[in-house]
Parts: sequence; structure tokens; C-alpha cells
Amino acid sequence: MNITEKILARASGKSKVAPGDIIFANVDKAMIHDVSGPGVIKVFEKLQKQGIPTEKLWDSSKVWVAEDHFVPSAEKISAENIVKLSKFTKQYGIQKHFKYGMGQYGICHTLSHEEAMVLPGEVYVGGDSHTNTTGALGAFACGLGHTDVAYVLLNGKIWFKVPETLYFKLNGKLPEHMMAKDLILKIIGDIGTEGAAYEAMQFGGSGISEMTVESRLTLCNMTTEAGAKNGIIEPDQKVFDYLGQRGATGYTPVHGDDDAQYAKVYEYEASELEPTIAKPFSPENIAVVRDIAGVELDKSYIGSCTGAKYEDLEAAAKILKGRQVRIRTEILPAAISIYKRAMENGLIKIFLDAGVTVGPPTCGACCGAHMGVLAKDEICISTTNRNFPGRMGHVESQTYLASPLVAAASAVTGKITDPRDL
Amino acid sequence: MGKVIKYEKDNIDTDVIIPGQYLKLHDYDEIAKHAMEGIDPDFHSKVQKGDFLVAGRNFGCGSSREHAPIALSQCGIKGVIAVSFARIFYRNAVDGGFLLPIEVDEETYKKIGNGDQIEVDIGTNQIKNVTKNQTYAMKPFSEIVAKIISAGGLFKYKPD
Repeated sequence: MNITEKILARASGKSKVAPGDIIFANVDKAMIHDVSGPGVIKVFEKLQKQGIPTEKLWDSSKVWVAEDHFVPSAEKISAENIVKLSKFTKQYGIQKHFKYGMGQYGICHTLSHEEAMVLPGEVYVGGDSHTNTTGALGAFACGLGHTDVAYVLLNGKIWFKVPETLYFKLNGKLPEHMMAKDLILKIIGDIGTEGAAYEAMQFGGSGISEMTVESRLTLCNMTTEAGAKNGIIEPDQKVFDYLGQRGATGYTPVHGDDDAQYAKVYEYEASELEPTIAKPFSPENIAVVRDIAGVELDKSYIGSCTGAKYEDLEAAAKILKGRQVRIRTEILPAAISIYKRAMENGLIKIFLDAGVTVGPPTCGACCGAHMGVLAKDEICISTTNRNFPGRMGHVESQTYLASPLVAAASAVTGKITDPRDL
Repeated sequence: MGKVIKYEKDNIDTDVIIPGQYLKLHDYDEIAKHAMEGIDPDFHSKVQKGDFLVAGRNFGCGSSREHAPIALSQCGIKGVIAVSFARIFYRNAVDGGFLLPIEVDEETYKKIGNGDQIEVDIGTNQIKNVTKNQTYAMKPFSEIVAKIISAGGLFKYKPD
């Protein structure tokens, strides 16, 4: 069995599972945020009317809560949702609720790794499609809707069809001007937004071993955009060290067997890859950055679970140091811990000196919620993960998806720019 | 019997079905007012209870927002007929008991026209086009999906 199959076999109490099997998996961790949380509360209200008990969660110590989409509260409805969420966690005795304005908080997927909320070998579900992110730590991490998450919160398990696994092998280390974002955009361009529908996407090879944990998180985050059920990477010493630094102990990593099966294997040579961008209006609509260099922009947005981890900010700072932005540029670190490190290491000053507006952690404009949404006809380059019509604001705005290096280089010139050509 | 509202498009994503700015809403009627706003702002006033939405490949791709099937179902949509569905939309539609996600082949998708009156029989896996006097096959639901649908959603389903 491969790693996804082994985790699902363990979680469903079976010695073996195969792609296509329907299982009920015991869940190790579950997450809700300020959109899916109130959605789950609504499901609970419906269940109460039907006489289905909702007084007790299966295990409140395994549930954690983030405030990220509409925070700091965008207007009064979102403020009410935050209050609702706080009442919910109090009522059900959920201890791990990361509240804005109270120390560490941030985008749920960022907290999942920054706070070591999810560990290798675990089954982790979240009320958000980019829950896939955390598969980079060697967990089965999968996004679900409100009803499914409500079911998990009350029953501790959920059904899955064991997925086929597509294996993506990267040979060699990505060069300095490239980031994991370039690779995953290339992959989505190759297989399409439906290319991994209902399947697992696993990454491996020497190029993945060379990658930092944060880069691997970017890869798994974007598997959602290829339709995948989960993204996953075999955990190694880098992951164990990363989690150890965050106080995590006592977990049992799972590794695939030597004879693990994959539905298909794709190989990429790091030396042959180019900085890559996804044009409006789909993550699969890719181009080599140099091939479309010069497209005029109105805005650069460096934020989100995909593109505002510490190393993403470092990459942006490398470009922005001593330079000025020519278009509106926002940088929103994805968690307070990242913001703090960026401040301690001088990154925030570099951004402010360059003319950037630095904002608080939030999903914000990535999902068109608030804080920098786009007007009609505005064109934005963004380190986020989606660029469907209206994703970041007006349905006739346009978003180009790129790495933080490309987004920062483009902020400096006001046009789509390969960082090597700055 | 219900009328068909057809969008000849692939990859109709959740930002089109219910734009992100409305995710703060949790009142189903309020959500429904914004259904399909990204492609057809008048959608909610066109739908009558029991109607069907027809679209191409990868319907519902994108976010996990359950607002998407809720918005369509609350408008009155009984089922979405598409060539394929993105996984979370599909799960949400079934597990929440909101609407029927019905898969058909490309040819059937092309034959069903906007405004056609159709009947769907999930017992025989047939779609009857009353307007055109045609009958099409739908892809049968998998065993677990059929059981959850017949139970009326995941919470009412009792695993064997």
C-alpha cells in the first residue's frame, strides 16, 4: 500500500485497503473556521429540529478552530459569526480556538503546521477545501463541507472512497529563481483542474527531499486546484525537525510500502522548469512568465495560506529590499507567528520602505471577502491559489497566480516580470 | 417534471455559484438570492421548485462551501445534471441531502436543451425529456451514494 492507503487502512481498522474501497475512517483531528463553523452550527440547529442529539462532540480535544476568512471582522454579519463561533467553542469545551486580537491566530492551514495541530500518520479533516495543505506533513488531510464536518464532530468518523494515487516525481533541486508554486502551477497546467479529481496527489523524488517543509506545503495546498481529494508527501527528518521545533512528540509516522502502487507517475526535471504563472480565469491556464512578461498590472497581492508563509515573505523581501513598488502592493503574513518573525528579521521594514501596505493575517481578498478586493477591470498578480471569475472581487477583475518571487518582481515594475529580468 | 436551466460551460466553480463575499451568510433564503450570481444574477427568479440545472464538466470545482448546493437547492433546484462534478460539491449535495448530482455523458449533455421539461427517475437511472420525447441514461450512483440519497442525507444513513 502507498502512504494514503496505509493511513486510511489504519484509520478504518483494516489490514488492507485498495483504491475504490468505501471505508469509514476514524478522524484524528478536525478543524472549523469562521465560515465553516457557523455552517456547522446551522447543521446542528437542523439536527436538533429532527431530534438528532448534538449536545456532545465526539472529542472536543481533537477539534480546533481558526478565525481567518472575514477577520478582523469585515462588517457586522462577520462580527456576529465570530461571536457565534466563540459561543460554540465555549459550549462544547473546545480549548484550541485561535482568536484574532489574542496572540497567535492566522489562516487555518497555516496554523495547522505553524502550531503543529496535525501530525504525520493522522487523518485530518477541515471545513475548507485547502485542508489538503497539511498532507505535506505526511497526514491524510482532506477538505469537507459543513454537513460532513458536523458528522465528524458528532461521530468522530466519516466515509471516504479510497483514492487512486497519482505520483509526481521531481528530479533535482529547483533553482534559486523558482519556488514550489511554479512547479505546482506547471503540474496543474499539465493535468488540468479536473486532472486529479477524487484522487490523491503524492509528491516525491530528490527535488522534494531538497525542498523545505514550507515549500512542500505549497505543493499540497494547490492539489485542491487539480480536484484532488488529498495531497501527500512521505514525512522525513525535515518534517520531524519542523514539528519538533513546535513541540510535537509522540506520533507514529506512516510510510508507503516498497511495493506501493500508483495509478500514474509523472516526472519533472527541475532544471527544465521555468517560472510559471496562471492567467485568468483558471489555475490550469498557465504560461511561462517570460512569455507573457510586460502585461500591465494594477496590483500585487502577497498573502494567503499558499503564498504568505515565512519563506514566501523572505522571497518577497529579497526582491523588494531597496526597491520601490510601482503598483498597489499588499503583504499579509499568514499567521501572527510569521508576522512576528518577519518583524524581528527586518522583513516588515523592507516591505514598508518599499511602499507596501502590510496587513494582518486573513484570507481577506484571496476569497473576495475584504481587505483589498478587486474592482471591475482591475488586474492583480497574486500568490493565492485560485483565479476563477470574481474570486478576488468583481467578476470582471482579473487575477494572475504566481510565486512570491514573481509577484514581488512584478510589483516593482508594475508589469508581469520574471525575477531574473529585474 | 421540471424545467431545464442550462449553462453550456465547463468548470462552473463555487465562486460563480455563490461568490465569496456571501460566505458570511448562513440564512438559507439569503444565500439563495445570490445563487449563480457570478454568471446569471437573475437565476433565483428564474427557478421554480423541481427545476434542473444542466452544465458541462467539473461542476462545482473550487471551495468546500456548502453554500453552493444550499443556494441552488433553496432556489428550488432538484438536481444538477453535469458531465462530471468536483468532489466536495458532490459530497455536499449528497451528504447534506440538498440535491441530486446526476452525471450524464457528453452526448446527453448536448441533447438536453435550455427550457426542456424533463423527468429524472433515479430508480431506473433514466432521464425523460418530455419536450423532445427522448430518453437518456444517467450514470448510476455508487452503492453508498444511492443509500445516502435514499436515506435523505448522511445523518439519516445507517452504515451496514
